[in-house]
Amino acid sequence: MNIIDSMLCKGCDICISVCPKDVYAKSKEVNSKDVYVPYPANQEACVKCGLCEISCPDQALYVDREVE
Amino acid sequence: MAVKENPYKKYLREDRLPHIFCPGCGNGIVMNAFFKGLEGSDVDFDNVSMVSGIGCSSRIPGYVKCDSLHTTHGRALSFATGLKVGNPNQDVVVFTGDGDAASIGGNHLIHAARRNIDLTVICINNNIYGMTGGQISPTSPKGSFGTTAPYGSRDVPFDLASLVTAAGASYVARWTTAHPMQLAKAITKGLENKGFSFIEAVSQCPTYYGRKNKLKTPVLGMDYLKANSVTKRRSEKMSEEELIGKIIVGEFANRPHKELCDNEEDLVNENYDGGLAIKSAFWEEF
Repeated sequence: MNIIDSMLCKGCDICISVCPKDVYAKSKEVNSKDVYVPYPANQEACVKCGLCEISCPDQALYVDREVE
Repeated sequence: MAVKENPYKKYLREDRLPHIFCPGCGNGIVMNAFFKGLEGSDVDFDNVSMVSGIGCSSRIPGYVKCDSLHTTHGRALSFATGLKVGNPNQDVVVFTGDGDAASIGGNHLIHAARRNIDLTVICINNNIYGMTGGQISPTSPKGSFGTTAPYGSRDVPFDLASLVTAAGASYVARWTTAHPMQLAKAITKGLENKGFSFIEAVSQCPTYYGRKNKLKTPVLGMDYLKANSVTKRRSEKMSEEELIGKIIVGEFANRPHKELCDNEEDLVNENYDGGLAIKSAFWEEF
């Protein structure tokens, strides 16, 4: 499961736009800074390319690469 | 079990996070690309010292867990030259913005490139003075708006990568924040190159440049950079009219030649056979 740290996320939506597989979507919950933090809505589609990790300006995103 | 956090967060001072950059600022992406480039190169992170001047991008070294030096406006390269010549074994990285490198520190930039001193300069070019309120910078494209140009900028902007290439740097590349992987690769090459390496990272500024130029959200800014960038090889076949408003990305120069510290060492060896009376950083027995 990919994790977005709600303490660090500033809600720029770069992860939503940059993902080639449209994994992320905007959630309806706000964090302590009144930001709508994205969440991995389409987790199965993730191919672990890491583009969202390197494009996250706030170092809030973690891509789970562990194989079960 | 590994910690489930961003892989680039381990290089940052966590007590200072979240950093002060605006939401969607390109500085964070360039920072990530720098860490990725560092991991790919043979440079040891403990041996890196970072120097910066004044500006949004120059706040980056304050968040990184390494030796850092925050200096006066535009003079980051002069301080870095002193740091490098004082101890040539360390890897000095300079983070600078477009106002810092091209405007007030323009002279330092071209002369550092001319002398080919072994520095890695990462210039984050967001086309505007972001920290002071959106004034037009020397790299603002012709026709772009800012607080000092309400009718659009009338001047031709600096092409920083070509300027530094002409000044004699040994490695020059330009990428945008929409190409983070290529940027990381260029930073790896710059870190490993012995000589002056200049990497220009064109970045979005949603707060000031974006607000004045109809690129209000970070996503719009990144899409604009992606749509308007042309690779160097493709740009050679295009006419000048077609290239107006385009960002030429790619490797501008890769021509290693003798570096300043090596030149100085040779000078000492040739003229004094190594037996110099003054203390020198090049000799361990002093």
